[in-house]
Amino acid sequence: MRTIPFFLICLVIGGIAFAAALTLGNDYYFFAGYVVLQYVVLSTAWNILGGYCGYVNFGTGAFFALGAYSTVTIYTLIDTNAFPHVVPIPVLMLVGGAVSAVVGLGMGYLTLRLRGAFFAIATLAMAVVLETLVVNWDFVGGSRGAFIIRPETIAPFGSYIRYLFLIMLLLAVASLTIARLIERSRLGYGLATIRDDEFAAEAAGVPTLRLKLIATTISGALMGMAGAPFPYYIGYLQPQPTFALDYAVNAIAMPLIGGTSTWVGPLIGALLLGSLQQIIIVTISSAVNLLLVGALLVAFVILAPNGIVGLAHKYLQHKDDDFVGRRRTGLEAPAPQVESSPTSEAPS
Amino acid sequence: MASSLTIAGIDAAYGAVRVIENVSLEVGNGETVALLGTNGNGKSTLMKCVMGIVRPSTGSIVAEIEGVRHDLTGLTTEEIVDLGIALVPEGRRLFPKLTVEENLLLGAFRRTARAQLARNLEICFETFPRLAERRRQLAGSMSGGEQQMLALGRALMLAPKILLVDEPSVGLAPILVSRTIEAINEMKHRYALTVLMAEQNFNQAIRIADRGYVIVHGKIAFEGRSADELNNNDLIKKFYLGL
Repeated sequence: MRTIPFFLICLVIGGIAFAAALTLGNDYYFFAGYVVLQYVVLSTAWNILGGYCGYVNFGTGAFFALGAYSTVTIYTLIDTNAFPHVVPIPVLMLVGGAVSAVVGLGMGYLTLRLRGAFFAIATLAMAVVLETLVVNWDFVGGSRGAFIIRPETIAPFGSYIRYLFLIMLLLAVASLTIARLIERSRLGYGLATIRDDEFAAEAAGVPTLRLKLIATTISGALMGMAGAPFPYYIGYLQPQPTFALDYAVNAIAMPLIGGTSTWVGPLIGALLLGSLQQIIIVTISSAVNLLLVGALLVAFVILAPNGIVGLAHKYLQHKDDDFVGRRRTGLEAPAPQVESSPTSEAPS
Repeated sequence: MASSLTIAGIDAAYGAVRVIENVSLEVGNGETVALLGTNGNGKSTLMKCVMGIVRPSTGSIVAEIEGVRHDLTGLTTEEIVDLGIALVPEGRRLFPKLTVEENLLLGAFRRTARAQLARNLEICFETFPRLAERRRQLAGSMSGGEQQMLALGRALMLAPKILLVDEPSVGLAPILVSRTIEAINEMKHRYALTVLMAEQNFNQAIRIADRGYVIVHGKIAFEGRSADELNNNDLIKKFYLGL
């Protein structure tokens, strides 16, 4: 399937989901759905670097918070009494995305020479550094946090949360399309070589640093875009919960549970785990949340290391030894001619 | 057209650890030159210097490709690959979770190499028919010998002029070592390659080498101007075989 039809189909499915939520007639579903969709974006974004390229990023919370604090900065800069909510949310998302993209690129330059656990530690350190900066930056509220009073309603959606939900839905569709596009492109194959063997990739002429930088930039930008509307959603933005490890852990757990090598994995993982968390918050307690993530993660690592996508593939195809979880349509070469021609000359 | 490689007086270090000291060697057009030495003497580092993965602190590395001279020390790895210099890394280093065919296609990641993609793939399958049989299989699931063939095939996909082979015998059963060495020789003649091969396995390497250098503690300890000279030399026995 080409990219544009895929995008349109996702839009239609998203539209149906939106319409279904409307018919339920309770805004709670939009509040809960927003969080799930936010995780679809975050885990898809994480997977571009973590799943395709094999670099584990523990800084999801930081990129997300950067997007959120970009919004707070703009909100604070503009006289809110004179011009209430003059900057539309999509513009805020572009700004938040741009800020996170720049930080992603910078982080890439500084840390992508590190590999494995060292890279993961560096991203974690970056999150801590950024949190400290924000906590000590009074302009955006410092450790007290920042308020954004969201408007009650917005035309033609009715309540504001419906609008936020729709925006996050569009971003989720866009992220999935981007992830799928990368997966089937030369970039995706290049990232796969880096994941499998970085030294061999270099020897084959893959420009490893450049590809990794592209991946961190795209990944960071999407995380920032997911964070930008968050102050409008939450109303009161605090540094500690915004930079919290919850985002990083969830953004890693969801692709791992779904399956890291395709765009479907993070989607399934986020829908499943995100919804489950929302249900548990309402029915049991919000504290059980991360416990559940931990338990599921352990179970999946042991029982289904290739995630739900891997399990499904195994069940449908009965050959798990051959499973890589990636569709191999992007780089097909013509079948070789069987009849041999004398080829004593060098291939040119 | 002539292709050759000239390394003159290079030093290379990892941080404070000096690995290569004042190494000079030459690989003439159409030659197979063996770089002999045991573990930890700087063979792989020298290969990485040629590919621009490790930067020598002094000295020059010049490749002549089809009559044009290129100074490799200022080029990036991608540019060096684009010139037609391919490295078969030590220990094969395949992409284990990709298929045989994908591994081969990724050998031609560079735009210059992709121009003749279909043809090079065909040539590759012809040279190593076993790879054609296993084209849909994951590279990591093949035997060691097959993996080595794939590593060689992947390098062929670049249609290289100069081939660097780093320890092709490592981790292989003796019969497979012998076959791999023969495969390299066959590739060389078939595609008119200029080959620099680092190897520990002295007896296997000199079967196909025209000349050779023995590297000890990062220095060229002995230069053998013919295979015979390498074979019947007391210095070799002392330096290399430890007899």
